[in-house]
Amino acid sequence: MIEQRIADPVATVTVTIDGAPVTMPETATLLEASRAAGADVPTLCYLETLTPFNSCRLCVVEVAGSRTLVPSCSRMVEEGMEVQTDSDRVQHTRRMVYELLDSTVDLSLVDDETTRQMERYGVRTNRFGDGYRRTEAVKIEDDLYVRDYEKCIMCYRCVAACGPDAQNTFAIDVAGRGLTSTIATEYDITLPDSACVYCGNCVGVCPTGALMFTSEYRMRESGDWDEDRQTVTTTICTFCGVGCNLELHVQDNRIVKVTSPMDHEVTSGHLCIKGRFGYAHIQSESP
Amino acid sequence: MFGAGGGTSSYEEIETTDLIILWGSNARSAHPIFFHHLLKGVRNGAKMYAVDPRRTESAQWADTWLGIDVGSDIALANAVAREIINAGLANTEFIEHSTSGFDDFAEFVEPYTLERAEEISGVPASAIRALAHDYATAETAQLCWTLGITEHHNATDNVVALINLALLTGHVGRYGSGLVPIRGQNNVQGGGDMGALPNKLPGFQNVADDELRGKFEKAYGMTIPSEPGWHVTQMFDAMERAELSAMYVIGENPAQSEADSGRTIELLEGLDHLVVQDIFLTKTAAMADVVFPAASGWAESEGTFTSSERRVQRVRRALDPPGSAKDDLAILFEFANAMGHEWGTADAEDVWDELRSLSPMHAGMSYERLEAMGGIQWPCPDIGHPGTKFLHAWLWEDPMPREPAPFSLVEWVPPVDPLDEDYPIRLTTGRRLDAYNTGVQSSGYRSPIYAGAVIDMTPEQAADLGASEGDVVRITSRRGSVEAPVRFTNGLRRGLVFMAIHSPDDLDVNTLTLDAWDPKSGTAEFKATAVRIETT
Repeated sequence: MIEQRIADPVATVTVTIDGAPVTMPETATLLEASRAAGADVPTLCYLETLTPFNSCRLCVVEVAGSRTLVPSCSRMVEEGMEVQTDSDRVQHTRRMVYELLDSTVDLSLVDDETTRQMERYGVRTNRFGDGYRRTEAVKIEDDLYVRDYEKCIMCYRCVAACGPDAQNTFAIDVAGRGLTSTIATEYDITLPDSACVYCGNCVGVCPTGALMFTSEYRMRESGDWDEDRQTVTTTICTFCGVGCNLELHVQDNRIVKVTSPMDHEVTSGHLCIKGRFGYAHIQSESP
Repeated sequence: MFGAGGGTSSYEEIETTDLIILWGSNARSAHPIFFHHLLKGVRNGAKMYAVDPRRTESAQWADTWLGIDVGSDIALANAVAREIINAGLANTEFIEHSTSGFDDFAEFVEPYTLERAEEISGVPASAIRALAHDYATAETAQLCWTLGITEHHNATDNVVALINLALLTGHVGRYGSGLVPIRGQNNVQGGGDMGALPNKLPGFQNVADDELRGKFEKAYGMTIPSEPGWHVTQMFDAMERAELSAMYVIGENPAQSEADSGRTIELLEGLDHLVVQDIFLTKTAAMADVVFPAASGWAESEGTFTSSERRVQRVRRALDPPGSAKDDLAILFEFANAMGHEWGTADAEDVWDELRSLSPMHAGMSYERLEAMGGIQWPCPDIGHPGTKFLHAWLWEDPMPREPAPFSLVEWVPPVDPLDEDYPIRLTTGRRLDAYNTGVQSSGYRSPIYAGAVIDMTPEQAADLGASEGDVVRITSRRGSVEAPVRFTNGLRRGLVFMAIHSPDDLDVNTLTLDAWDPKSGTAEFKATAVRIETT
């Protein structure tokens, strides 16, 4: 009499990645198939926990019969697809994308993986000179976040995390058009006046350091931020009974940043204001 | 429920369920990451009802909000049950197979007509009927609640009234259907798991059961009293009768967290001896004869917490505690050693392994597996067991391996603190998004969304009182009086005001609340205070 909802069996399809056949569930993307086949495909706007937005075009691959390159992060596998993940055309496009970003945006704080890919593709620094470069003063409007849009690549991750993919608060979105488009609150009011609830999930997904916790920003400004001296310990949040995993980044016996593991099913990397910032009570200076 | 004190479902189940009922819970603010899972369910097409006196941030996501009057939950639940039965929507196959006492229950709820429930609860009969029909006909449904159900003098009856609905419809013991109490504190589930209840040994084993108690006595080499102890509200009553004269408080701040704080402080002051173990010199600690400075449990100690989905997860030490502070386990070990026992040196994993040898539901949860699997949901009886996503699958087994689950007959009674001409306004209390309990832990950072120590009311209510936003008003209950500035919110209505519990130093809400408590669970009626409000 036990009633159980049993998932429908998922059909598989076979695609060819760089000449070798790979069999994947029909729900897989070309990115997943490529990585399953061992291909080294760069991504920047893509994040496992968010809906693909296809803004950066770094994960593009060449599919036989397709006029244009396709973003592998969002294109689903189809039976018989023949895919080239690193053809001359793909390499040329990726190099160009990196060079355009590098010429307009401050990429000094991107992760090691992006730095490695830029070297791999022989990116020429500031190739397009000073044709256009994002210039904007750093926004410091409260004690918790800093927004430095000179580092923003318009990847949309923060908008997705604030919106339908996680927090559903919708405090920010893309404003403006073309080169001068930017991420903004409604009417560009300050963050404390906006709908923002300070969960920090936008900061948690930002790939370039455009969004940063104030604690990290201040330490970077004073030259004290040193990841080599930091430990990361996973523990459980003390506020409420949901059981969110916290990664405590500790430097010199002080918590300097709180994140959550993307691959843990309770949080998918997302937290609330208390989990993100509530640690201050255990390192207050006054007794 | 049915012998195991834990929520029946996993968070993931709410993401694919067909119907969500959030009853007495503002999870959007109080349990934000659980609400992320709930929102996935809403986005996947689940219909959602919210039952709450306030139209909270959570209720704003519901298809239908039932704006119930404070303390009328049982009348509403019984009317939902009656409607399901009379409309012929009860799951008769499940009721016959898996439950007992249905005929008596059906007769008992018969007087709870939709019209009577509307009169008591203020919720339109049509909305109650819609909830009843949707709940009964949904393929899967999650019925979730928090302190809006349990912080009442009849807390246990409130919970039982909700369980009846699940028994009536078969919405329990299946993937996607369950009863989901979301825990307010990080490890209140774990505290219960570990036997920090007056009548239970670890693993919810009854202290009165000679065989079970004997197992612990043998392992501990001690005699354990067979009589249940006291829960905290009974302890304070025992102090009043001078039957309890010493207290050892670990990680609690009863001087500010208990209802009717005037009485609480008087009783604590009357103790012969008070020991407090805490990470701060709280108001309670300041009254203590001895204070043990503790390390924080979540960042400066090793151990485990158990979450609302019964998931046991590892807590790890990321920081060295300041000064002479030690973790709770080390303090307890040294305390025992100083009392002449030989407990040796504290080691969290050793203690956990001892627990696993005594509590069958934890037996398969080695530290190694907890680490590798990102936590395990109990019960997990052996080292090869994957843990349990949802409880009570046995209800659907044929033949039934246990006694059927009984319907319970619970009558609605009004809140203890009645509204009258002198105290015409209902005050209810709760949490805000950026703060936690008495604020001891959450006041350390500067929240840009801090609301202040205010009283929330609608502009209409304020106009009735002749007050504007920001004006300081005096709030008086039958026990005490406080002053607070008015803040406008539109989730309330005339006759209903709200205060958060987070800033007792600025605004001690619990001088107003009463200590009427539920004899079965020991929770006090924080949610329903009668007040009058005057301009100053």
